[in-house]
Amino acid sequence: MNEKIPLKKIHELMVKSRVLEERLIKIYKSGEGFFWIGGPGQEAFDVCLGLQLKKGRGNQFDWFHGHYRSTPVLVAMGMEMIEGVRMMKNLATDRSSHGRNFCNHYGFPEWNVAPISSPIEVQYSIAIGTAWAQRAEKTQGITVVTGGDAGTAEGDFASCLVWSSRPGSELPLLILVEDNRWGISTAAETQHGDKHIADRGKAFGMKTMIVDGNNAEESWNAIAEAVDYVRTKRKPLLLQANVSRLYGHSSASGASFVTNETDPIKILEDQLMKEKILTEKQIKAIWEKFQESSMNALNLARTEPQPTAESVWDYVYAGNENADWRKF
Amino acid sequence: MANMAQAIRMALHYGESHLGLKDIFGEDVGPPLGGVFTATQGLTTTWNSPLDERGIIGMGIGIAMTGRRCVAEIQFCDYIFNTIDLLKIAGNTCWATYGQFPIPLVVMTPVGSGIRGSIYHSHSFDSWATRLPGWKMVMPSNPLDAYGLMLAALKDQNPVLYMKPKALLRVKGEELIPGEPSDEKELRSMIDAPLGDRSQWKPQWPDLKEYVVPIGKGKRLREGQNGTVVTWGRMVPLTLQAAQSLETQGISFDVIDLRSLYPYDWSMIKESVMKTKRVLFINEDTEVTNFGEHLLRRSIEELFYHLEARPRVLAGKHLPGIGLNPVLEDNSVPQLHDIIHELKELASEVP
Ligand SMILES: Cc1ncc(C[n+]2csc(CCOP(=O)(O)OP(=O)(O)O)c2C)c(N)n1
Repeated sequence: MNEKIPLKKIHELMVKSRVLEERLIKIYKSGEGFFWIGGPGQEAFDVCLGLQLKKGRGNQFDWFHGHYRSTPVLVAMGMEMIEGVRMMKNLATDRSSHGRNFCNHYGFPEWNVAPISSPIEVQYSIAIGTAWAQRAEKTQGITVVTGGDAGTAEGDFASCLVWSSRPGSELPLLILVEDNRWGISTAAETQHGDKHIADRGKAFGMKTMIVDGNNAEESWNAIAEAVDYVRTKRKPLLLQANVSRLYGHSSASGASFVTNETDPIKILEDQLMKEKILTEKQIKAIWEKFQESSMNALNLARTEPQPTAESVWDYVYAGNENADWRKF
Repeated sequence: MANMAQAIRMALHYGESHLGLKDIFGEDVGPPLGGVFTATQGLTTTWNSPLDERGIIGMGIGIAMTGRRCVAEIQFCDYIFNTIDLLKIAGNTCWATYGQFPIPLVVMTPVGSGIRGSIYHSHSFDSWATRLPGWKMVMPSNPLDAYGLMLAALKDQNPVLYMKPKALLRVKGEELIPGEPSDEKELRSMIDAPLGDRSQWKPQWPDLKEYVVPIGKGKRLREGQNGTVVTWGRMVPLTLQAAQSLETQGISFDVIDLRSLYPYDWSMIKESVMKTKRVLFINEDTEVTNFGEHLLRRSIEELFYHLEARPRVLAGKHLPGIGLNPVLEDNSVPQLHDIIHELKELASEVP
């Protein structure tokens, strides 16, 4: 094992994220939430990513433009379970959206986590803007954008490749694609003639990489290399991570565990036990610890308020300036 | 006097030098051209973008999200339509994040007919735009307002759509912009790029002063007794002309240039309609689900018992496009004679 890779910490965060997602699914199934979509199956890659971002507010820190499966990135950055539960239960205390948005659509200005929105791929055309600001201000910050494989058919993905590689105006942008071979029910094989999505970067003279996103060590190393390249060269890089989708697309397709895809946590746990870093008992204790904290988070959230009727008009405009024409 | 294109240029220069404006970009916005209507000539923060409207709006949202001031241009509003979901995002991000992520983005785009622009250079976008909550939207009708509204847009913390009536971009103003030299030849020699090689050219900016037209405030351009006309953009000069010609026939109108479509100056409209008891809304966007219809609805709901004539809307016909032939264009969007006709009808209706 590579000494520099904090595998125990990675494992713990992966479990934390998984337990949170499974708690959110239970909340949905018990009728306490309306919809679930999230990131089980992306934990290895996403946790390694979250741990390697330079977290903070302002363009000297990294910007992260995620999607609805990016929960493990946020958990690795330090997000507590209660945030996910509050959003799942659309409470007034949900810090990201005040009960307005779907679960796992986070936005944290203090960490440069750009708000996640549902339209597929728009984050790729917005990410060029934060990367441009970082380039123009000559900071050391980089922008990281991620999304699924099916969405790369959208024009925004092409926009991202074009705008990030303009000669003389290259952007410090790490372009990620987390390829689970699915777009809801549509198999990648039936829609994409390109062998690897990463290959598309080559046409733009971009450095490209492909990694097994289910392998924590490989993911850690690939992300370290990619982040370092983008940070020091101030150029874009397209990295494709092959990942799993372990609870189907969303609650709309049942949100039940699938047994025919690789579980990155299982792989890491086998490795940790084999290398005698953790025992089975210790692993079990980690799961139990997070299960308990997820229940505590739910119990706390159950005591918290719903948004009020008047709040629908809040913050249509910045600073809460009136936007209701009846009051003009 | 400056024309509207020069006024916008001067406002952007003021933005660069006083308001922290850092990026002005879009197709052909930077040197050598400085915009297809020259509105961005000679500025220091302009740059040419790829020919990709979605990229332009996405870039603008991203830049604005970091708190950096930018103006993104869509070359013609006819080509803004494939960005509509990004425009929605620009408009909903502050709300969706409960105020955490304001998007102080200015998007400017030429709109409307009047230059024989055929099917794809004559579209209007004002009614579409008003269906984008979270945005503010403005449309000047003269150079001074163009200057003042741009300054207001550049100071606003929200996304502002700045619509440039393209038929008015070359029309000179009647009032000086604060700091503008009174000799228009002198102004031209200072800020208009020469024809031919411009690589060595640099503008000499006049010592411009701050002048802000607050977003949400209309302007009453004429006072009258027989009706109120509320309009914006290219329809303003036509309406003024119509009202003037009717005054010789003894009928007079309040003419309100709304200037901001959202938020809009209801108190100005209301006060005027309560005085004249008649109202007509004029604009050139297509007539079905037209923004004038919203104002009409509000007039009916709030002012019904004050009215002495049916309130109306005069707008572009509900057609898929505006044909190139002048006969086609002139019969698709309101013309002077249509406005005169409607004004007469409005004033002469007996309840
Ligand atoms: C623009 C847009 N079109 C359609 C949808 C509905 N939709 C939600 S997720 C999804 C599939 C996305 O697949 P992929 O990009 O591979 O990401 P994954 O969900 O597999 O991670 C679709 C079609 C959407 N949200 N946005």
